[in-house]
This record gives sequence, structure tokens and C-alpha cells, in this order.
Amino acid sequence: MIFPKAVDGAFRRFKWVVMIVTLAIYYITPWLRWDRGPYAPDQAVLIDLANRRFYMFAIEIWPHEFYYVAGLLVMAAIGLFFVTSAVGRAWCGYACPQTVWTDLFQHVERWIDGDRNAQIRLQRAPWSLGKIARRVAKHSVWIAIGVLTGGAWIFYFADAPTLAPALFSGEAPMVAYSTVALLTATTYVLGGLMREQVCQFMCPWPRIQAAMMDEQSLTVTYKEWRGEPRSHGLKRAQADAADGPDPLRIGDCIDCNACVAVCPTGIDIRGGPQIGCITCGLCIDACDDAMLRVGREPKLIGYSTQADDDAARAGKPSVAPLRRMLRPRTLIYLGSWSAIGAVMLFALETRSHLDISVTQTRNPQWVQLSDGSIRNTYTVKIRNMETRPRRVEIAIDGEPALLWDERGSRETAGRAVQLAIDPDQVTKTQLFVAAPGDGPQHSDLRFTVRALDGDHASASDDSRFERPEETQ
Amino acid sequence: MAERSRIDDKTGTPTVGHEWDGIEELDTPMPRWWLWTLYASIVFAIGYVIAYPAIPMLNSATKGVLGWSSQGELDRDIAGEQKRRAPIMTALAATPLDQLAANPKLLAAAEEGGRSVFKVHCAACHGAGAAGSKGYPNLNDDDWLWGGDMAAIEQTLIHGIRHPGDVQTRISQMPAFGRDGILQPAEIDDLVSFVRVRSGQDQPSAAAARGGALYTNNCAACHGEEGRGNRTLGAPNLTDSIWLFGGDRGSLTTTLINGRGGIMPAWEKQLDPVTIKMLAAYVHSLGGGEASPAPTRVAAAPQRVAAKQ
Ligand code: SF4
Ligand code: SF4
Repeated sequence: MIFPKAVDGAFRRFKWVVMIVTLAIYYITPWLRWDRGPYAPDQAVLIDLANRRFYMFAIEIWPHEFYYVAGLLVMAAIGLFFVTSAVGRAWCGYACPQTVWTDLFQHVERWIDGDRNAQIRLQRAPWSLGKIARRVAKHSVWIAIGVLTGGAWIFYFADAPTLAPALFSGEAPMVAYSTVALLTATTYVLGGLMREQVCQFMCPWPRIQAAMMDEQSLTVTYKEWRGEPRSHGLKRAQADAADGPDPLRIGDCIDCNACVAVCPTGIDIRGGPQIGCITCGLCIDACDDAMLRVGREPKLIGYSTQADDDAARAGKPSVAPLRRMLRPRTLIYLGSWSAIGAVMLFALETRSHLDISVTQTRNPQWVQLSDGSIRNTYTVKIRNMETRPRRVEIAIDGEPALLWDERGSRETAGRAVQLAIDPDQVTKTQLFVAAPGDGPQHSDLRFTVRALDGDHASASDDSRFERPEETQ
Repeated sequence: MAERSRIDDKTGTPTVGHEWDGIEELDTPMPRWWLWTLYASIVFAIGYVIAYPAIPMLNSATKGVLGWSSQGELDRDIAGEQKRRAPIMTALAATPLDQLAANPKLLAAAEEGGRSVFKVHCAACHGAGAAGSKGYPNLNDDDWLWGGDMAAIEQTLIHGIRHPGDVQTRISQMPAFGRDGILQPAEIDDLVSFVRVRSGQDQPSAAAARGGALYTNNCAACHGEEGRGNRTLGAPNLTDSIWLFGGDRGSLTTTLINGRGGIMPAWEKQLDPVTIKMLAAYVHSLGGGEASPAPTRVAAAPQRVAAKQ
């Protein structure tokens, strides 16, 4: 069990800001509205699993466009690579949900149990009424946070203002309650009970991260060349020095252990870079405080790159941070990230909101009609991605054939059929195509759907017309 | 072989007492959690045997106090499914066949239901795609012996064709002109020539001309002067290119010698009226269905407003 000490400083304050902003985004987003007209939900961000739509502000993604989501995931990954190669594990230290919620849970713990020393004392103390009361209080608040976390999550999947009252009156669907229960449990366990163990043992990211970082990546570093030998052991050091010829050099580290006490993962950064360090910067705050008290220069522990640290050790000036960040590696990440983003934006802007897909009926492939002509049957799906009903026309190119749909008949057949299609829906219809019986066994047939109302949107799909091998 | 158990120095655990070539076995007790799991399993098993059918007896297994059976579960599932379908079934029962087209949603449901019934009861003869085969009509085409609007199809489904024992079944009889000695082989040959010319398969010939006279005397009563058939009699159109039993010389000759007459069961006894209605709708939808009162599609009124349930 780790009992990190409370600390104040620039990074701690920054963490507060990040925590408030990220939590606010998480809790508020489902409540943002976005007017999409009468045929689509008005929630700005909505993952509508039942109807298989994903809404994000002006963007609406259909299941067949899942590549946009895949693209976003790829962008997220490359973005993470970029951030990591530039500023190290900034994600881990500040924005990772595990970090944010753990931080929240630790504040609750301090608020109820007191700071580090009080917590340790309480942990060692035998069970008493007071200890039980504190434990019950702490775990209750933790679980309450878990409920709120899970509760906010489900609003992303349904209309929030409708779901919220239903949730309280017990009318929400079972899956809503079970999701809340599941997320309550995971939040409580991961944020309250497992904490740093998630970062150290469960999360694969630290391992991958090692490959993303190089000597130019920012990371929390203890300036060993400046700190050692630690002055806490000064007397012994002096005694040792009396035997040797070298003048004694006293390091800046006063061995106050503050950096270890505040560390949420319980590591000693003076041992060098290690996998447990999430670069939260709290040890920097703690050490700066110590340095201030003993009147020495701050940033004995600080954000630095391996290269800069080496340079400083050798007494050379460090490189400007921006130059350090913009090196081939980060530029390649940034470039591919922007390229994917640009391609997706372009595709999103130019995508058609009208789509047709044609499947030929294979059983039977063709039907002979009484006048000797041949009929083929096609199942046609029209996707109307606009949130309004539309009138469209489906026409064929290729065969000298006649076309009618399930409402029509041979007598009313023509070169095109018109139909009304539902908003934001896939409309399925059956089309019959009849052509003279003498002709090639296969010929190409193209179906084109055109909007008759306004924007001239159109889309095509190719199929075939089949005839018997020999006409009887 | 020492047969006495002793305490092992290193582990403080008793040995089982045997020794082979200096190798001894420790008498480590089974882990407690393991034992408890075993006991719990035993308790569970006893409870399970009491609660559920388990022990095989002579005729059937013990019933179990919960009264559960796989048959019962199936019945419940079926009952649940029927309950789910009840509204649409009631609506179908209440809607006359010629009104079905006016309600696209109901029509779609009927066609869908008919499709699965067709697979079970009709596909054996007419094929899974309803394309038929020699002697079994293709239900996709536009050639109907007895009529192809929904009502005619339903009538055929209910009473069948030449179904023995159904007084209302559709009956027509093609005489066996050859077997019964009504016509001589040469005359049959001439008639075949005539029919082949009528259906546009052969060029006019002297034989066909001779056949024309024979046709007027023997065939026109049923198939019509022009050979276009007669639906009230179920007489096929001889001028089109669809032949139930084949339009080549050999098939036509066989038809004339022996007569033809397939049998389609009357489904009235086996299927309920709603199912038959669904089948009629499905068969009608295959592409050859003929218009009864023209179906007018109601303007689409989609009401899918997501996530507001
Ligand atoms: S070593 Fe410092 S930066 Fe790293 S996790 Fe601990 S407190 Fe945070
Ligand atoms: S906080 Fe700074 S001075 Fe204190 S032990 Fe850590 S490195 Fe040394």
C-alpha cells in the first residue's frame, strides 16, 4: 500500500486543472444538444447502438463507415506516439483516466484519513470504532464516485435527459443498470484498490512507451551529478574525504525523502528512470520545496531530456525545447497524424449521402416469361443518410430492358422507377428487370439512384443480367 | 521398505510411510479450499438432482421438484414467440386479402412469413426459389393456369389441384387422346405440328394445316380457338413460350397420348387461414403476381427517432 504525501507546486496545480477539465468533459458531453431535425436524435455525442449510428456534433457515422472510427483510433495511437516522443509519458502523468481517477480517490482518502503519516498510523492501528467509521466513509465515497462514473458513461449511449429520470425511477433498461454496476466495480477496484499496480503491472503502455522514447524525449530526471553525494550523510563523507586527496564535493540532495513520499507509484526517482514513473511531476514540486527551504537552486529533480542532462553534466548549454521536440521522429509522427486527419476530413466532406447496393436473386437466376423474354430479380438497398425523406429514381443502363418494382407490374414497366425513401434509413426494395430472351448469357447492368429533390446526389452499383444458356 | 510414517525434517510434514530407493512421499493434506470446493460441488449436485430431472428410471427420468423439462421450456419459448407475433397475426386475420396491398407493413410481414412457410411445405415440389421443374409450375413467371392474383392463388392453396376428397378442388382433365384411341398416331403427329406452329416454334407446314382441323374438333373447346387457354378450366395457353410439361415434339406427343394432370394438395386441412394468406402473399410477390385492385403505397412515414425510448 502506498500513502503518497500531499504536495503543492506548479505541477500539482497543473494536475488540478487537467483533472477538472477532463472530468468536466466526461460528465458534460452527453448533455450537449445538437439539432438534427425531427428524424434524428438531438444529442451532440451519441453512440446509438440500437440503430447503429454514431453521432458527433455535425458528423453522423453509419456502420459501413466504421473506417472513420478506425481512422480516429489510428490517429489516437499516432498522437500518443507523437506526445510520447516529444514530452515523454505526459499522457500517463496527467490525462490518463487511471491517473485522474486515482488522483481523485487519493484526495478523498486524504480528506477522510488525513495525510500520509495519519494514513500510515491508521493502517497500523487496531480496529476501533473510529477506524471502522473512517473506512466505511472512505469506501462509501469511493463507491459513490464509481457510481457517478458508470452513471455518466451510459449517457453516451442514450438520450441523456430521458435516461436520467428513467434511471432513478427504475424504468431504464437492464443493460443500463448492469453497465453502471460494472463500471462502478471497475472504477472502485482500479482507482481505489489497485492504483499504481495498474500502471506498473497491468498497463501495456509503459512497455510500448520505451520504444517511443529516445534521448530527446522529456522525462522526469534526478540530476544525479548535482545531487550526489547527498548531504544527509555529510559527516561520514567528510570523514571519508579526510583520508583522500580530493576536496569534498557536497551534493544538493538533502536526502529529505520528500520526493519518495509524494510519489503516487511509490518509487525513488533518484534511482534513475524507471518503469513505475508516470512523470506526474509531483516529486519535482516536493524537491523544489526542499531546495527552497535550504536555499539552494530548484530543479534538482526536473523535466529534462537524456541529452540535456548529459550536456548539463558536462557543463554545456541545453537545447531550446522547441528544437528538441521538432526532430525527424516527431515530425514523421506529426506528418502521418495530419495526413490521416486530412484524408478523413476530405472523405467526410465529400462522402455521398445517397448510396445503392444491388444483389441479384440467385434462386432462380432467371425466369422465362410467357412472351419468351427473360426476367431477373434484384434486391436493391438504398441508403439515405440525410435526416429527411427523399424522392429518388432508380434507373438501369446496359440491357435494352424494362424495369419495375414490387408495386408495379410488367405493364407499367419503364427504364426507371421512382420511390420515396425514408430519412436516415436503409430502404429495401425488389426490382424486376425483363429483357428480350435472345441475347448473351451474361451482360452488365448498372443501377443508378438519383435524388429528385434538390442536390442531384447519385450513386451506382453494378450487377449482371443472366439468361439461360439456350433459349428454349 | 519401511512401512512406518515419520515426520519429514525439512518440511515438518508426515510421510505416507513408503520408501522406494530412498524416495519418500509426503502426506500433504489436500488444500482446504480444494476440499471445500469438492464439498460444495457435492451439495450442489444433490440439490441439482432433487430440483431437476436427473436419475434415469425405466420409462422416464425423475421429474425433479422444480418441474422443469426441456419440452416445457420449448413450449414456453414457442408461446412467447406466438405472443410476440399475435398482433400481426390478428391484423392479418382481420385484413381481407385484397386489402393487404394497401398496408405495406402488413404485406411485408405476410410475405416474410410466407417465405418461411414456403420453405417448409412447398419447396419440396416447387423448389426453394419457387422456380418449379417439369410438371411443377414455376411460380415466378407470369403464366398462370388458374389465375395469378392473390385471391386465385389463395383459392389454389386452400383447395389444391385435383386433390382427392376436396369437392372444391380445381379440376381439369386433359384427355389421353392416344391411349384411349380417340386419335390415331398420325393425327397426333399432325396436332403436335400444329401446336408447334401456333407457339411460334416451327414454320407452317402441311402437317400443321392438317392438325388445325383436328385442333378445332378436339382441343378448341378447352384451349380456345386461338389456343390461348382458359383459366376457368385450367387449360394452358398453347401460344406462349412456357410449357409445364415441355414444348418439344417428344413432350407434346407424350402429352397428347397420355394426357396430363399434376396434383397439388389442398392445404386447408394442414395450414390455418392466416398461414395460407401469408403464402398467397409470398407467391404473389415473386414477380409474376397479377394485379388485383391496384396496390397504392402509403407515403413512407418513418418514425425512427433514436434513443428516445
Ligand atoms: S517519480 Fe516523480 S514524476 Fe515519477 S511518478 Fe513518482 S512523483 Fe511522479
Ligand atoms: S526531495 Fe530532493 S532533496 Fe529531498 S530527497 Fe528527494 S531529491 Fe533529495
